[in-house]
Amino acid sequence: MRRAEGVAVRRTPEPYLWLLFSGGGVVAALVLPVLVLLFGVLMPLGVVDWPTAGHLRGLLGNVLVRLALVVVVVLCLFHAAHRIRHTSEELLGLARFDLVIALFCYGGAIAGGVIAVMLMF
Amino acid sequence: MTDTTQAVRQAAGTRTIRMEVARYRPGQDAEPVFQGYDVPLMSDWAVLDGLNHIKDQLDGSLSYRWSCRMGVCGSCGMTVNGEARLTCGTFLSEYGDGPVRVEPLKGFPIIRDLVVDIDGFLAKLSSVRPWLIREGEDLPLTAEYAQTPEQLEAYKQYSMCINCLLCYSACPVYVLDPDFLGPAAIALAQRYNLDSRDMGDRFDVLNQEDAVWGCTFVGECTKVCPKHVDPAEAIQRYKLTAALRSVLPWSRR
Amino acid sequence: MKTEVPAGAAYRPRRDRLWFARTRSYTVFVLRELTSVFVAWSVAFLLMLVSAVLSGGLPEFVALAGRPWMIAINVVALAATAFHSVTFLNLAPKATVVRLDGYRLPAWMIQGGNHSLWLVVSAVIAFFVLRGFR
Repeated sequence: MRRAEGVAVRRTPEPYLWLLFSGGGVVAALVLPVLVLLFGVLMPLGVVDWPTAGHLRGLLGNVLVRLALVVVVVLCLFHAAHRIRHTSEELLGLARFDLVIALFCYGGAIAGGVIAVMLMF
Repeated sequence: MTDTTQAVRQAAGTRTIRMEVARYRPGQDAEPVFQGYDVPLMSDWAVLDGLNHIKDQLDGSLSYRWSCRMGVCGSCGMTVNGEARLTCGTFLSEYGDGPVRVEPLKGFPIIRDLVVDIDGFLAKLSSVRPWLIREGEDLPLTAEYAQTPEQLEAYKQYSMCINCLLCYSACPVYVLDPDFLGPAAIALAQRYNLDSRDMGDRFDVLNQEDAVWGCTFVGECTKVCPKHVDPAEAIQRYKLTAALRSVLPWSRR
Repeated sequence: MKTEVPAGAAYRPRRDRLWFARTRSYTVFVLRELTSVFVAWSVAFLLMLVSAVLSGGLPEFVALAGRPWMIAINVVALAATAFHSVTFLNLAPKATVVRLDGYRLPAWMIQGGNHSLWLVVSAVIAFFVLRGFR
């Protein structure tokens, strides 16, 4: 509050990115394991029967389901983008390329969100 | 380990343990080298006692920092067998037949042997203004500000920090990027942020990519902290505070 | 003793390229962060499913999902997303300090609530996917 005069405070987008990361982390934790378990493992292995195309189309016919799916996709992709950005920089020592890596990661998340919207709306 | 009967002491006194100590003598060594010493394996000897034995009996040229030898001063932090530890609280008997490898704290420039340069940390520490900031008070200060037990409990844990720097040494983010503000400085900023008597605002210092946003929550700082400060928690809590202040326009800036 | 010690000769250790392999907890941390790759994969897989359902290509998607390598990827993705859930929901109380009556709600209560919510959400999703209200 009482800063020395002339000290410019750098604005940073990190708080917003972190909120998207955290929100995505919660959403991914709550919904992804059961979806991967059902569609990725149990149904392909024949443990559980695939639902009919009509049933799934019926689910996607509900606008609330589609909206929820878009939110899940966007948040989960931002979560992944944030972690991939930081982990790649820590693992490979690429911190000096942060801007490029960040644009690539978050750009990918935005692209995924756009694809989801175009698919469902 | 509490068994210090005469028989045990004598039996232990005849046994030795190998200590491999990192040496760096500027102008002589291009990089740190290990030097081995055999020291008596006493059941009540800490690694620091081993180093003192080396210094007093075997090799007076060894340099290291220590003071209180009771886990309060925070000056004897070193890397013992790869782990950041206070050498006064780490017993030689933990390492069985040895060897015990003693190196300087990771992530800091090495001045000599086991002595590291902590000037960077001291600058970071003062940048968060780790004191009670008050406004509108004239000297001399005579008023008392009583706190309830709840108000004390809100920050007490973070006030236990002894600046031993084990948390910096254990933090991969700091070791990779020395500009990272780091666990202890942020925990101490929180110690004052959460104090009901403090009127300061450390948002502009903490809300930076090199400050709380540099942390990726490895959690090692909390594991190695000998005082149970939990810096990882302090950082995550401030991330939430800073994020909410950034998105909620009516919150105080 | 050397007398001519160069000024400012502090030794700066080089970057340790294998830092993540030095201790078990560093490795666990990196694995925790790498679950994000499979989070991204799971989302891509779901989008493929949605696309198949909406374009009428569900049989082709079912055939693709049934390939052994696809099942293998998804088994790993299941393990990774489950690991993400456990670690993320366990760490949540570090950032969210809930105070009741002046004192902090213990972490295990928040964690227990998180994991219960995980179970409930999973059950609801499974119900709608497998059966729904007919």
